[in-house]
Amino acid sequence: MLSHGMKQTGNISIHHLQSVIFAVLNPWVAIGILLLLAFFATYMTALSWADLTYVLPATSLGYVLLALVARFVLHEHVSPLRWLGIVFITGGVGFIAGGPEITTHPAKAKLLTTKTAPGLELTNEVGDKL
Amino acid sequence: MRALYTWGAILAIVFASVVGDVLLARAMKEVGDVGALWRREGLGAVIGRTLANPNFLLGVTAMAVAFFSLLFALSWGDVSLVAPAAASLTFIGNAVAARVFLHERVDRRRWIAASLVAAGVALLAG
Repeated sequence: MLSHGMKQTGNISIHHLQSVIFAVLNPWVAIGILLLLAFFATYMTALSWADLTYVLPATSLGYVLLALVARFVLHEHVSPLRWLGIVFITGGVGFIAGGPEITTHPAKAKLLTTKTAPGLELTNEVGDKL
Repeated sequence: MRALYTWGAILAIVFASVVGDVLLARAMKEVGDVGALWRREGLGAVIGRTLANPNFLLGVTAMAVAFFSLLFALSWGDVSLVAPAAASLTFIGNAVAARVFLHERVDRRRWIAASLVAAGVALLAG
């Protein structure tokens, strides 16, 4: 959607930075941004209890979903190379989802209590004021 | 010249989104488990704490920079180059940054996973 919208807006020259702002007003770009916001909220929630290196590869399943939608809903042709990409991503995500979520959590919990305790106090203070 | 601009924008996307991801991950670790906090103090506390976290605000700023770099890159180059290049380099960059700055234990399993996903994304988005 973003790509579609930006191709409508045309090239942006570095001397006309303000045209980047107007790009946001394009409806396709706006819908894309709204969906990104929804993604963002769920992504932040996941990050609150899992490692970045755990969450991020898992989000790449979205690419797989996108390819499957293209194939089975839009009936687009998906090349063998792209199927190989799907296999890679699925394999990679399966790799991390397999074990480390459990094995790294105790180590991470230890790290959290020692490392971010001052930060937690800080946010508590702010929370009380609010 | 156009290729140079495109790759410059791609590098800007990768750098900004890695910085953003690291800051956001750190912010959310400071906020704590969102599910537990929500049950304990309600949704308002979750949103309030997240928005009040300086790392969160910096992270969002970095993400915004990454987003506008993406728009720049897309207006200069093809989506078939920009999307896979930026996405797969971001996965690799994040694995390095998470290890160095977040002290996450990036073991061999996670390296393999990050590389597989990066390769897969490059193939799929290309």
